[in-house]
Amino acid sequence: MQLTGAQALIRSLEMEGVEVMFGLPGGAILPVYDPLIESSIRHILVRHEQGAGHMAEGYAHATGRPGVAMVTSGPAATNIVTPLCDAYMDSVPIVVITGQVPYAVIGSDAFQECDTLGITMPVTKHNWLVTDAADIPRIVREAFHVATTGRPGPVLIDVPKDISNATMDWYWPEHVDLPGYKPNLKGHPKMIKEAARLVAAARRPVIYAGGGILKARAAEALREFAETTGIPVVTTLMARGAFPDRHPQALGMPGMHGNYTAVTAMQRADLLITLGARFDDRVTGKVSAFAPEAKVIHADVDPAELGKVRRPDVPIVGDCRNVIEGLTKAVRSEYARGERPDLGPWWEQIRRWQAEHPVRYEQHEEGPLKPQFCIEMLRDHTPEDTIVVSGVGQHQMWASQLWRFDHPYTWVNSGGLATMGFAVPAAIGAKVGKPERMVWAIDGDGCFQMTAQELVTATAERIPVKVAILNNAYLGMVRQWQELFYEERYSEVYLSPDLPDYVRWAEAMGCVGFRVEHAEDVVPTIEKANEIDDRPVVIDFRVDYREKVYPMVPAGASNDDIILGPETDRPGGR
Amino acid sequence: MNVNGVQHHILSVLVENRFGVLSRVAGLFSRRGYNIYSLAVSPTEDERYSRMTIVVDGESAPIEQVTKQLNKLIPVIKINELPAADAVERELMLVTVRADGAFRSQVTELASIFEAKILDVGYEAMTLMVAGAPDKLDAMTELLAPFGIVELQRTGRIALPKLSREPSKLKLVRTKGA
Ligand SMILES: Cc1ncc(C[n+]2csc(CCOP(=O)(O)OP(=O)(O)O)c2C)c(N)n1
Ligand SMILES: [Mg+2]
Repeated sequence: MQLTGAQALIRSLEMEGVEVMFGLPGGAILPVYDPLIESSIRHILVRHEQGAGHMAEGYAHATGRPGVAMVTSGPAATNIVTPLCDAYMDSVPIVVITGQVPYAVIGSDAFQECDTLGITMPVTKHNWLVTDAADIPRIVREAFHVATTGRPGPVLIDVPKDISNATMDWYWPEHVDLPGYKPNLKGHPKMIKEAARLVAAARRPVIYAGGGILKARAAEALREFAETTGIPVVTTLMARGAFPDRHPQALGMPGMHGNYTAVTAMQRADLLITLGARFDDRVTGKVSAFAPEAKVIHADVDPAELGKVRRPDVPIVGDCRNVIEGLTKAVRSEYARGERPDLGPWWEQIRRWQAEHPVRYEQHEEGPLKPQFCIEMLRDHTPEDTIVVSGVGQHQMWASQLWRFDHPYTWVNSGGLATMGFAVPAAIGAKVGKPERMVWAIDGDGCFQMTAQELVTATAERIPVKVAILNNAYLGMVRQWQELFYEERYSEVYLSPDLPDYVRWAEAMGCVGFRVEHAEDVVPTIEKANEIDDRPVVIDFRVDYREKVYPMVPAGASNDDIILGPETDRPGGR
Repeated sequence: MNVNGVQHHILSVLVENRFGVLSRVAGLFSRRGYNIYSLAVSPTEDERYSRMTIVVDGESAPIEQVTKQLNKLIPVIKINELPAADAVERELMLVTVRADGAFRSQVTELASIFEAKILDVGYEAMTLMVAGAPDKLDAMTELLAPFGIVELQRTGRIALPKLSREPSKLKLVRTKGA
C-alpha cells in the first residue's frame, strides 16, 4: 500500500494507540494536518504551542501514557522548547512532532526554518530528523519506545515538508532495534541482597521516595515495602501521592519547603533508602551537610543518577517496581533470620518532632484571606481522587504541603524546571486524559497570566477544568526571597490584584468566573464551582500578600538550618 | 595519563555512524561542563559505526559520570575507558619551524632523532611530520621552540588497549549483528 509520508505518520501514531494530540498547524506541517481529518485521533487545537507541550505533559502525568503534540516549524518549534525541557527535567514521556522546511532547502535560512534538531538536542531524550519517508514508521516506533521505557522523557521527530509529501510503501515494524539503547530494568540480585542487609540493620532508616516511583507504577510495591519494614516514608515534590499521606508512616514532603519532620528525619537518618529520587539540591540543601550519618541505598533506572550527587553505599540500577519488590522479599528473609531492629525509639523521636513542629498558619475570621486556608478548603470540599495541578511559586509549595494526597497520579506539577504557566495547560491535558475525574489547577496570579489563553481552548473543546488563582498581587515567591534575603528591597515583583480583572477575563474566555475576598465565601464558592461541569471555572481568591512559605531552608544552607516560621526567622533545627 | 599535571582519561567510544552524532557527543560535554582535551573520529572496519577517541580532562569531570552520561546517548553503542597504562596511544603532529641558513642542519638533526619526516622545505622554514606517543610530541615541540615555531597542528590521540603478554583468546571486536 502506497502512502504519503504524512499519511504514514498519522497511521503510525494510530498504530501506537494515540487517541488524542495537542497542536496547532502551519506551513511546514500542513501535509500532516490533512490526513488527520480522517483519523480516529482527536486533535485539540491550542492557542499557543507551549500550551500543546504542557497539555501533553499533563496528559502523560495523569495517565502514564505518552502525551503527543504536533506543531509547525520555526517559531512553533521554539515555542515548544520550554515544555520539552520541562518534560526532560521531570522525566515525562511526551512525543513532539514538528514540521520542518523541505529537506532540500535545510540550511539555507528558508522561511520559518530553524535548527529544531540542534535546539532540542539538549532537552530531549532523543530526537530524529526524518530524511526519507520510508523511515517514518520505524522512527515513530522508536520514538514511542524511547519516550516510555527506561527513564521516561520527551522525544521529538522533525519532519521536513517534502518528506511528508513523498510516497512510501506502508509497513509497520515488528520490533525496535536500537543497539545503543538497552535500559537495565532488573536490579542486580546481589545488590538487592546487600541493600536488604542494610535495611535489616538500620535503626534510623528513612525511605526517600522520588518521582521514579510514579513513573515505574510502583506505588503499591512501595506501600508493601514500607509496611513490611515499618520504615517512615518521605515523598518528594515529584512523588506526592506515591505514598498515601494519611498512612501513619507518611512523613510528607522533604526539602527546601518540606516539613520539619521530613527534613530532620533525613538529616538524622542512619540509612536513606532512595527509590527513584535524585538528590536534587532542593531536597539536599548543602550537599556536604546532608544526612551526614546516613548510609545510602540508591535505586534508579538511570545509572547516571547513582553517584551523581551522593555516593551510594549500595547502588542498584533497575526499574523501581522490580527493585522494590525484590527488596521486600529480600528483607523478609533477613527478618526470618532474626535480624530485625527495634524502630520504636526512632518513631518516638519522629512523633515528638511532628507534635512540636506541625506546618502552621492562622486564618482569623476578620483578617485577610489566607492562601493556605483556601487550599485546605479546596482539599476538604473536593472528591478524594481530585487531580491537583499547580503552577510554580508559593501557591505550589502550599498546595504540596497542605493537600492530602492519598492516591498516585493526583498531583501534577513542574518540579525540576519550575515552569510558570504550567498549571492551566497541564490541567487541561490531565482532564483530557482523565475526563471522569475532577481536575483543579491551583495557580498563582503571575503564572496564570503566562498561559491563561489556553482556557479558550478548554472552553472550545469542552474540557471543564477548574482554576483557583491564589491572587496575592505579587510574584510571591520572588517577593519572599527579596523580603528575607534582600532586606525587603522589592524589585519588580508587584503585579496588582485588579489588573487584569480575572473574573471578566475568565468570562471573556467562556469560563465561569468567581471572586472570593472573605473567608466565609470560600467554601460556598468552591461548592458552586464543583457543580459546573459544562465549562471551565476560574476563582479569583484575593489572598494575603504577606504570607510566606515556611518552613524554609535558605538556598545553599544546610538542612539543619531550617527556618520554621516568621517568629523564628533564624536557624532552628537541632 | 598526565598532561601538565592534569589527570586525563582516554575514552574509546563506538557510535552509530549517522549525522548529528558528533554534535550530540560534543553537546553533552559542553552541557555538563566537561572539558574535551582532544577528540579524534574515524570510521571503523564496520561502516555502520565510527569510533571516537576522546581524551577528557579528569578535573572537569568525574570520569564515571562522563561515561554514564555518554552511555545515555542513544547512538552510543559501547564505551571503553582505556587507562593510560593499559593503552597504546599515538598522535600525529605537523609543525612548521624556522630553519634558515645556519639552523637548517640542526633542525634536520632533531628531526632524525625524533624520526620525523621532512614534508616541505622553504627558503627559511621547514615543515616536519612526527607520529608518536603524546609526550614524544611534547618533547619535540619543546626542543623546536627555540628555533621559532611558525605553525603547529596535532591530530589528537587515538588509542587501543594493550595486548596480553600471555596466551589468551583474542576477542574480535565485531559488534552485534556484524
Ligand atoms: C517561566 C518562569 N519565569 C520566572 C520564574 C521565577 N519565579 C519562580 S516563582 C515566581 C513567582 C510566581 O508568581 P505567582 O504565579 O503569582 O505565584 P506566587 O509565588 O505568588 O504564589 C517566579 C517569577 C519561573 N519559575 N518560571
Ligand atoms: Mg502571586
